[in-house]
Amino acid sequence: MHNSPSGVKGRFFIIMSKKEIHIEEHRDDEASKLGMWLFIFTELLLFGGLFLVYSIFRAQYPTAFHQSSLELSVTIGAINTIVLLFSSMTIAMALTAIQKNDQKRALIFIGVTLFCAAIFLVNKYFEWGHKIEHGLYPGSALMPLLDRGHLLYFSLYFFMTGLHALHIIIGMTLLVVCYFKVKNQNINNKDYVLLENGALYWHLVDLIWIFLFPLMYLIS
Amino acid sequence: MANNTTHTIEYRTLSKILLVLMFLTFLTISITSIQLGAFTVTIALLIAGLKAFLVLSNFMHLKYESVLLRILVAMVFVLFALIIVITFIDYAYR
Repeated sequence: MHNSPSGVKGRFFIIMSKKEIHIEEHRDDEASKLGMWLFIFTELLLFGGLFLVYSIFRAQYPTAFHQSSLELSVTIGAINTIVLLFSSMTIAMALTAIQKNDQKRALIFIGVTLFCAAIFLVNKYFEWGHKIEHGLYPGSALMPLLDRGHLLYFSLYFFMTGLHALHIIIGMTLLVVCYFKVKNQNINNKDYVLLENGALYWHLVDLIWIFLFPLMYLIS
Repeated sequence: MANNTTHTIEYRTLSKILLVLMFLTFLTISITSIQLGAFTVTIALLIAGLKAFLVLSNFMHLKYESVLLRILVAMVFVLFALIIVITFIDYAYR
């Protein structure tokens, strides 16, 4: 060590300064949010592609799509729409609460959002269960017997609502993480960008459903 | 810390937006239950677009975000509209 003091000192200094940078909070919330938005764009275009396929086939088989859509329960679809809109509001309120440094309310709002998400999935379970009971599911014996229009409608129905439900589950996972981070104050009124991004994801799920509901359930 | 630039939206504003969204949902359901032919889809999609706008601008805080981000989001929807139009032109004239 004494043979090369300058080298050792130099290295030591670099390590120290790195450590200092690490201790000092180094984050860029604007960039994190922009990153989340860029990811949301890819999600929008993913579902956009499916909506495009849907609209082309709907233009091709208008009567089959109409008849098939009558098989869906508008009531369940409407309940799920309301539930998702409500959960979208509660997660926005969770963000307001954390900004106001109201940890308790933030936890309640995230909890309500998660509860709504669970209701949505239970509804979806009954809805899909009903279809599956009638032999309508991808790969069933009944599906190939349907004519092309009905087959396309139900394939798109299962794929689009299924992909949407998958997004619900991913969103729930993200919000559970946010819940515990709020609880142990890793998310607080000075650092809440994770909750902000989690909320953005949840609004995306709501946004997709806003278009999915009228297109799948309410065609005439 | 100056790192957080997010605007705080009051609970009252958020609940008002929810009421409007719910009203629009019931409007869509009641309109589509009446047979209006080709208009039904157009109206349903217009209402859906309005609802999406409300969610984007209020719940997703876009109203208070930078101009850059707002333009970016608008461009994604313009891009998607172009894709739809171009595909349908291709489909109609083949």
